[in-house]
Amino acid sequence: MFAVETVNLTKDYSVGFFRKRPKRALDQLNLQVGTAEVFGLLGPNGAGKSTTLKLLLRLIFPTSGTARILDRELDDVAMHARIGYLPENPYFYDHLTAREFLNYAAELFGMMERHRARRVGELLERVGLTGSDNIPLRKFSKGMVQRVGIAQALINDPELIFLDEPMSGLDPLGRREVRDLILELKAEGKTVFFSTHILSDAEMLCDRVAILDRGRLQGCGELRAILSLGVSATEIVLENPSAALLSEIAGHVVREVRTGERVRLEIPLAKDVAPVLDAILRAGTKVVSLNPVKMSLEDYFLARVGEAGEVNRRGRNIDIALDGER
Amino acid sequence: MAETQKLWRASRTRLVCGVLLLAAFVALVPLQRGIDGMVSARMRVEELLYRPSGRYSHRLCLGHEGLIANIYWTRVVQYFGRKRLDQSARYDLLGPLLQITTELDPHLVIAYRFGAIFLAEKAPSGAGQPEEALQLLRRGIVANPDYWRLWQDLGFIYYWDLKDYPSAARVFQAGSKQPGAQIWMRVLAATVAAEGGAIASSRLLWSEIYRQAENEQIRKSAEDHLLALQVQEEFGQLNLVLKQFEQRAGRRAHSFRELVVAGVLVALPRDPTGVPYVVGSDGRAALGPGSRIDLRLLQ
Amino acid sequence: MRRVATIAWHTFKESVRERVLYNLVVFALLLIGAAILFGSISVGIEHVIIINLGLSSISVFGLLMAIFIGIGLVWKEIDRRTIFSLLAKPVRRYELIIGKYLGLMLTLLINTSIMTAGFYAALAYEKRTLEVADLVALQAVYFILLQLGMVVALALLFSCVSTPILSAVFTFSLYIIGNLLSDIRWFGQETGSALVMNFTAVVYYLLPNFSNFNVISQIAHGQAVPSYLLVSNSLYALLYITILLAAAVLIFEEREFR
Repeated sequence: MFAVETVNLTKDYSVGFFRKRPKRALDQLNLQVGTAEVFGLLGPNGAGKSTTLKLLLRLIFPTSGTARILDRELDDVAMHARIGYLPENPYFYDHLTAREFLNYAAELFGMMERHRARRVGELLERVGLTGSDNIPLRKFSKGMVQRVGIAQALINDPELIFLDEPMSGLDPLGRREVRDLILELKAEGKTVFFSTHILSDAEMLCDRVAILDRGRLQGCGELRAILSLGVSATEIVLENPSAALLSEIAGHVVREVRTGERVRLEIPLAKDVAPVLDAILRAGTKVVSLNPVKMSLEDYFLARVGEAGEVNRRGRNIDIALDGER
Repeated sequence: MAETQKLWRASRTRLVCGVLLLAAFVALVPLQRGIDGMVSARMRVEELLYRPSGRYSHRLCLGHEGLIANIYWTRVVQYFGRKRLDQSARYDLLGPLLQITTELDPHLVIAYRFGAIFLAEKAPSGAGQPEEALQLLRRGIVANPDYWRLWQDLGFIYYWDLKDYPSAARVFQAGSKQPGAQIWMRVLAATVAAEGGAIASSRLLWSEIYRQAENEQIRKSAEDHLLALQVQEEFGQLNLVLKQFEQRAGRRAHSFRELVVAGVLVALPRDPTGVPYVVGSDGRAALGPGSRIDLRLLQ
Repeated sequence: MRRVATIAWHTFKESVRERVLYNLVVFALLLIGAAILFGSISVGIEHVIIINLGLSSISVFGLLMAIFIGIGLVWKEIDRRTIFSLLAKPVRRYELIIGKYLGLMLTLLINTSIMTAGFYAALAYEKRTLEVADLVALQAVYFILLQLGMVVALALLFSCVSTPILSAVFTFSLYIIGNLLSDIRWFGQETGSALVMNFTAVVYYLLPNFSNFNVISQIAHGQAVPSYLLVSNSLYALLYITILLAAAVLIFEEREFR
């Protein structure tokens, strides 16, 4: 069973006042998200990430195509009791305190009074809001609102959690906390589906990713597999290399970056590393570091998005081979 | 195409809503008809009373016509009081204001009762429009057939302001047949029919008004009328005595003192307020110069 | 069912915090108290004017409250996007509509009760005593509540599709037209044109007939509403509220939240 599955999910909007032209926000999305994994939906702004999430949560309705969550229809109310959702830039009821709001959320899940009280307390503690539980939400900072949002997404101990841009607007500490939380959830065996345009976060957290651009899926697969793609190179950082040394190894070096006393060299081919290293050691130049260079997620991303993506696109999803589950 | 696909998504909720909506609308029509039937009798009566524009002013009040009628009634009272204070002869707005008031609330009985009094009273203490007062009261009777006192007021205007005794008797008779009417109406009907404008019937009427008066103004007016009537009655007796004196003495008396001296009267006659009567130049009894009693009320 | 109750209670608590409500209630009570003074400046209507002014105040202020809060009921959730996290929960869309409606009606019920208590206090002060016959005014209050029930449903319906200002305008306009329906139909009959007559007849049955519930004037004269009218009008209000809520649910089910 997939946690989330979409089949040719498409969403058109009518744009324009009189002559309504359809604008395709999502084009034939085919996606599978397995259980107990962290899935990242990546893409630039306007790619269709939020559209996908809203379609899944039935805030908007598809033009064509279908989707299932936890192998249930989207309007299955019982299924909604097993999921949690944190919207982007969340806003909750001003006039309620954190405790009252979480209580309201818990009541909507049908929790009985004693269980509710315990659960609300647990969650307030988990997101670190125990001291602020009786302050009205309108007085909360953005980071605190985000934490309340996470709390209400988890109040029913869901199997599957949807997070829409969970890091947006947070300071580094907040982002670290959210990252830790996602890892905790994964350790608990839950499925996390989150969308973001910050690649470094995805790189750190996701098991699998999908990349959306202009409504289309540009790539999808295991993060591990993606990162082991591409030409590997070797990076050597030297301290104050002499000009003579640099010209000697110039033939093997494909990139040279000087930063103050340090020079970073990139050697593309594995066979060239030994002779270069030899030359460096003979020159007696100090080696600061020696590392393999892998393709970053950013590289993968940029190759598929925007102009470069246009070039790569052949009217079909590429890298199907990567997605071993197909 | 994509839009219509959205609209016709099958869903139990939507079906239930659609059916409920249609069924409820269908049920509404006979229900509204029934409600209209239940209130139609009352509405027909009220429609008889409306001028063409009266309908609209009633409806425009959006259900608050009772309150607006109360406000208009307040204006009537203030208008009347102001005009009276100015000793003005013209009460032009009085009729229209009363018309509006009673159109807005046909059951505001006090508007008919006081309004008729204000209209019928001779200038300058009233508008001097007894015919309008009659019309007002007739409309009041149509709208409030259970309120027999309106018959009393109607009869009173015929009797007092128009001196139309046969009509007055007829109205008092009809009024005395209304449920709840008091006995004196029948008595009054009989006396008026028999004696026309005799003082006795007038006193009966004014005594009733005095007794029923819910307000100082009316009570004072009734009191003044009763005083005047009493004076008139006493004039009758005094003039009789003066005549006797003239026949015996062969000349007219110049003052009542002469009658006391002659032993015809025991003491100087005084009017009900205590002011001595005098003998006028025509040899008949008259009010003393200091008397507050207003005999013009009897005109 | 429980979820409807939860949403209703939440809506109630939210409405009750609206400061405007308190201002309106206080103002209504002041006006009712002033009725005692008004009676003394006019002759013969001391009693009648308290009932007229009191009941009319309850009606007008109730109407203002119903519209003021009703227009924001759904719109606020959409505008502030609190609806996103709400609909992700196991809540059906129609439960939201019904819950909001019941929550606001509870608020109005309480406010109306307060104003009615003030009304009876003023009446007792003026009459020096209260009789069982004075309870007839409760019939008028009941009809006012039925009207408010319809107005709230109207405001809620508009709140699903338009901004508060437009909703207020539409709701208020329909309230006024709903009071003038008999005239519209009569006007149609007078014109003699079959087309206009049929059109106005359709309008007469289609739009909410608020004038059915205008009984203040007769109550002021002590005339009770006959029981068959009490039942028929209750039924009418119930039917029309059902229509409005069903329409609101239909619209809300289709609505997309971007």
